[in-house]
Amino acid sequence: MDKFRVMFQFLQSNQESFMNGICGIMALASAQLYSAFEFSCPCMPEYNYTYGIGLLIIPPIWFFLLGFVLNNNVSVLTEEWKRPTGRRMKDPTVLRYMFCSITQRSLIAPAVWVSVTLMDGKSFLCAFSTNLDIEKFGNYSLFMGMSEMEKIRLLARIPCKDLFEHKEIRVAASLYIKCISQACGWVFLLMMTLTAFLIRAIRPCFTQAAFLKTKYWSHYIDIERKMFDETCKEHAKSFAKVCIHQYFENISGEMRSFPPPSDEDKLLGIRAQDDMNKVLWNWHTCKPPLALRKDQIDGENNGRLNGEANGEKDGHGVPSLVLKTAALPLQRLLFGLWVIVTACHR
Amino acid sequence: MERLKLVLQYFQSNSESISNGICIILALVSVKLYTSFDFNCPCIPQYNKLYSLGVMIVPPIILFFLGVLVNRHTGVMMDEWMRPIGNRSKNPAVVKYLFSAMIQRALLAPMVWILVTLLDGKIFICAFSLSVDPALFSGMPNNTGLDVVKIMAKVPCKEDVIFTNSSFRKAVSRYVRCYSQAVGWSILLFLIVLGALGRLIKPCFDDHATSLQTRYWSNYLDVEQKLFDETCVLHARDFARKCVVQFFEDMREDTILRLPHPPFITKSREELEDEEEERLYGITKQEQVNQLLNKWYYSKPNLDVTRIAHRPRTCKCKCLRPSDGVCTLAVALSKYTG
Repeated sequence: MDKFRVMFQFLQSNQESFMNGICGIMALASAQLYSAFEFSCPCMPEYNYTYGIGLLIIPPIWFFLLGFVLNNNVSVLTEEWKRPTGRRMKDPTVLRYMFCSITQRSLIAPAVWVSVTLMDGKSFLCAFSTNLDIEKFGNYSLFMGMSEMEKIRLLARIPCKDLFEHKEIRVAASLYIKCISQACGWVFLLMMTLTAFLIRAIRPCFTQAAFLKTKYWSHYIDIERKMFDETCKEHAKSFAKVCIHQYFENISGEMRSFPPPSDEDKLLGIRAQDDMNKVLWNWHTCKPPLALRKDQIDGENNGRLNGEANGEKDGHGVPSLVLKTAALPLQRLLFGLWVIVTACHR
Repeated sequence: MERLKLVLQYFQSNSESISNGICIILALVSVKLYTSFDFNCPCIPQYNKLYSLGVMIVPPIILFFLGVLVNRHTGVMMDEWMRPIGNRSKNPAVVKYLFSAMIQRALLAPMVWILVTLLDGKIFICAFSLSVDPALFSGMPNNTGLDVVKIMAKVPCKEDVIFTNSSFRKAVSRYVRCYSQAVGWSILLFLIVLGALGRLIKPCFDDHATSLQTRYWSNYLDVEQKLFDETCVLHARDFARKCVVQFFEDMREDTILRLPHPPFITKSREELEDEEEERLYGITKQEQVNQLLNKWYYSKPNLDVTRIAHRPRTCKCKCLRPSDGVCTLAVALSKYTG
């Protein structure tokens, strides 16, 4: 249970880990959706191909777009892109990095769906049964007297167990097409893995220093946004408490007590509606520069700048370190493979 | 159990998470309801379509209203919309934001029901088996003496006698199910494209600074309502306790002589009473409470707490003689030290 809590906390600690979690959940959901989905080939020559290939392509597009919709970094990216420069310069490499990372994450669930579909073979069987060269399967005396149209109609019924009477031909043809489908599936997996590997292996050869800078500032933007939202929420709570307190006193006409100092502090000096609106307005139109004043650093330098900003605590030692430094892409890849294998072996 | 607690803790961390959690639970309930629902197509030409459209439309409407009901933000939004202006100006953008958030969350469970219905296909088959052209399929049972319409209406019913060992029914079912799934995936694709466009393009048109303000004030309204309810509950409790204690004391004064209490009991009782009095904020009569609650609705206070911040703090010293010079000095000092 403790390990689970550590994992949960780590996943929540920043947006990127959280998105990794969502990405994993979506990959699982994609495999689960495939197994729950009732695949029913229409078994008619006009519709087989559309149905089979449609089911191979449309759900991945859907999962890809879902990855964009669920990813909060999309909003962060567009805000950073659209904001006025204000007192803080904009860095296009940071935007590019964020876009690439969002796209990479969104590609995992579609890849899982395509792999599972190809490994399972039903969609290929549905799409390509009419293209079969029936002579290969022997005993084609069955097809001797038929016209072209009738032959195609018969072939189109192969994917449907209950509509095609000749079991041996159906089984032989199904196995043949499934075998091709699985080969395509493995080739697809191999290509995706190789591409990911090449990107990860080769990239450090170029611009590693610049990459470190970009990664730092993109994490910073993400964390800053989260901190700002949290500060606003705390402020709203204290503001409401003090406002209600003031209201009660107004009604009674007496000044009897005072609100606790912690609430006053949390107001950070912003006590009126217009001031708060100005704070929020300027946060977007004129972001502050990335330069901390010396007196602030001295005041906060009791170890709060580094560790706790990320929500990481020192007490977890080796497990969290291992999680952090382990090769994330390798983890994602292994996880994806595990999902596919378990889905195929159901 | 602990896992559940962790998940619950995460969702309770703020009001928006709670709403998201409830929304997801409703969606799961909707899926579970569909899988446990015993769907029985009547297989009669006049009633097939009615039954299927009923099953496809009535539960989503119920789920939608349920979603609106259980959402906390509905109450906050209605409050903010209907209240008189009073001392606080109204911001229509906040009401619009709350309304759109509420509608989006309430629409999830109905959409899930409709999509699961379409992807499953049974209801489509029930509704549209009559519209299929039987000439497309071979093997239609024509020795039963029934007309074509009645036969097509019986297609959704597997157990019917006219269809034993017939591949016709299965072929028609597959055909209609294929359409149903295509419609379902198209709707899914349309919705997700809409969502993705909304995410990507909205910041280009929307003023992000204004939306930061709107989000802050809608969260503030929610928090304020919760805190006000909590404060009222606490006030009611202290009011009740004081009222009961006062009653007992009044009763006691009538019957026996009041005996002097030992000094330490008097002191702690006085401290307790002082604390309680503070929590009562000076609201000690029924008319005052009624006036407070009335005014909270008709004339909400201004969003400005500067007065309370710059007011001198009252001294907590237990002066028996308030006109004592030491006490006055202490009050003056506390004004400067805060």
